[in-house]
Amino acid sequence: MAEAWIDILRILDGTLRLAAPLILCAMAGLISERSGIIDIGLEGKLLAGAFASAAVASLAGSATGAGLFEAMPWLGEGGAETAASVLNAAAPWWGLLAAILVCMFLGAVHGFACITHRGDHIISGVAVNILAAGLTVVVGFALFRQGGQSPPLGRDERFGPLQWPGAEGAAEIPVIGPLYAELISGHNILVYVALLAVPLVALLLYRTTFGLRLRAVGETPEAVDTAGISVHWLRYRAVLIAGLLCGIAGCYLSTAHGAGFVREMSAGKGFIALAAMIFGKWRPWTTLFACLLFGFLESGAARLQGVELPLIGPAPVELILVLPYVMTVILLAGFFGKAVPPRALGQPYGKGRGK
Amino acid sequence: MNRLPAWAEIGVLPVINLALALAVSGLVIWAVGENPFDAMLVMVRGAFGSDYAIGYTLYYATNFIFTGLAVSVAFHAMLFNIGGEGQAALGGLGVALACLAFDSVLPAVLMIPVAILFSAGFGAGWALIPGYLQAYRGSHIVITTIMFNFIAAGLLVPLLGGPLKREGQSSPQTREFAEDAWLPKAHEILDGVGIGMAKTPLNLAFVVAILACLFVWVLIWRTKFGYALRAMGHSEHAAEYAGVKVRRMTVIAMSISGALAGMMALNEIMGVQHKLVLNFTSGYGFTGIAVALMGRNHPVGIILASVLFGALFQGGSELDFEFTTITREMVLVIQGLIILFSGALALMLVPAMRRLVMRNG
Repeated sequence: MAEAWIDILRILDGTLRLAAPLILCAMAGLISERSGIIDIGLEGKLLAGAFASAAVASLAGSATGAGLFEAMPWLGEGGAETAASVLNAAAPWWGLLAAILVCMFLGAVHGFACITHRGDHIISGVAVNILAAGLTVVVGFALFRQGGQSPPLGRDERFGPLQWPGAEGAAEIPVIGPLYAELISGHNILVYVALLAVPLVALLLYRTTFGLRLRAVGETPEAVDTAGISVHWLRYRAVLIAGLLCGIAGCYLSTAHGAGFVREMSAGKGFIALAAMIFGKWRPWTTLFACLLFGFLESGAARLQGVELPLIGPAPVELILVLPYVMTVILLAGFFGKAVPPRALGQPYGKGRGK
Repeated sequence: MNRLPAWAEIGVLPVINLALALAVSGLVIWAVGENPFDAMLVMVRGAFGSDYAIGYTLYYATNFIFTGLAVSVAFHAMLFNIGGEGQAALGGLGVALACLAFDSVLPAVLMIPVAILFSAGFGAGWALIPGYLQAYRGSHIVITTIMFNFIAAGLLVPLLGGPLKREGQSSPQTREFAEDAWLPKAHEILDGVGIGMAKTPLNLAFVVAILACLFVWVLIWRTKFGYALRAMGHSEHAAEYAGVKVRRMTVIAMSISGALAGMMALNEIMGVQHKLVLNFTSGYGFTGIAVALMGRNHPVGIILASVLFGALFQGGSELDFEFTTITREMVLVIQGLIILFSGALALMLVPAMRRLVMRNG
């Protein structure tokens, strides 16, 4: 009994770990798309964020980073040492910052093409994805000479698990104890950030003036423009927020959940997040549910690897892994419920002077 | 709004956009510590410097002609098919099933057309479903085709790991086809007529690709169907009013697009690998988008753009050997930048260009 309970908790625990980057990316996509900007570049941003984070965390945590300060004579002997220790101690945080900056930059490029120059959102997204796949390896190889990977990150260079107060003692308590110790406690900080992102995004969208305008600009930009509010600036802010969230997701992949960057490590997660956002009908809480569901499928599939099921034989792991895509297609086709995208999604907006 | 003259729109702007993409690529190469001009030289020599190099360039170009045509046919109807990867993967499944079933029965003369039919049919089938869902159920074709790429990959893994796997082998691939089901290589054909050529993977699929270009040109510009397709691409409502059955056209256009993408498998599976392997599409489906953009959706443009990208891929692999700090993924960077500048930012220079032309004209 207790065994089964622990097993269930492990799967749920895995669900949470696998869903965290999906949640962050899906919230990014949601903010962007509710403003009218299609974001199929989530995958590329996630990958670029993962790389930037691991690369910077590794440089900050290593002697190379500290060596930088020795080359700055104006810091003085003690100054260089202090600076180096600050850099070392906060290595994962520098990684996070770098990931956010890189992803916001990619978001700005996407915005520059789609908002300022009325480019096609899909084409721009494809460009971001391909660019990220190439640049991460090219820059990674030039920096580290390890075939496009970053060096493995040590314990101080990544976000470690946070043990909640009393988790160890609580594990002894039946039923609820393991729940607390396994599922609630013991994740890295970015998992909690991901969970917190959902109410924050919901609050932003539905309880602030900015959110109201953001939703309006995704439905009828003309109305927003008539009210004297800049459509372009609103949409730029949306793609920048999307970049911020993707940056956190990327950092999670390489610097918290994983320990270092490997090429193509996003492995379609950005697209699953996109699917989750559509599955969640472009709404924060339903999207969270979709992310958890997709995370659960992945976590379950991992557990079923090589397991013989009664009647079926070996577990069809690959088929379970494509279920998120299949379910999204079925939902989009309107076979259960209807997913209606924001009305102005993908439409460029200019001030009515034709093309 | 007055339009730009044709020479500026078709001649000058694309060249400037391409130059911008290459300039930024050069900056990247310079940033990783190499001389961009040296790199360019290595790539050009690697792509065109010998018959060996040209053979490889055209072999890559063959893939891009198929996937580029696929994207362009859908584009003409204002449909964005980014499912080329999945359709090519299914095309590969079709080719493999045909070859595995008939390679011991049919002679090459019959085997090849059957395989072409299977590759096109499977690719078309995989694109037909998103086309149908867009036309009759209102689901967005971009999203469905993305999802179908992943579903295709998810289907091939268990198939190659299970029923199609070669007996007594652990890697997920089929048995090798009998030689009658191999597309003849260019150097073999040329040897037959007394011309010597280095051994390259270039094969008969290149000829099929050129024929496909001809087919697309006739279809789009010389038939009633093509006229309706382009009318629909310009204005769905006007086309509908004029009696075009837009829904049915959507499904047919997507099927043709998928068929062309599926035929890419002829080159890779029947021409080179001679067995079905995983991930043989290697992103060529996405490159098709860049090719269609650069080729301005015209078969002649697509051939030129395919040769350019073929050169990029072949020349890019030379970068690996010649430089210590550049890897072949540099090709992806250049490709991404071309899509960015020639596609997403295609309109960026239009106002400036217009001002320039107006002032002088």
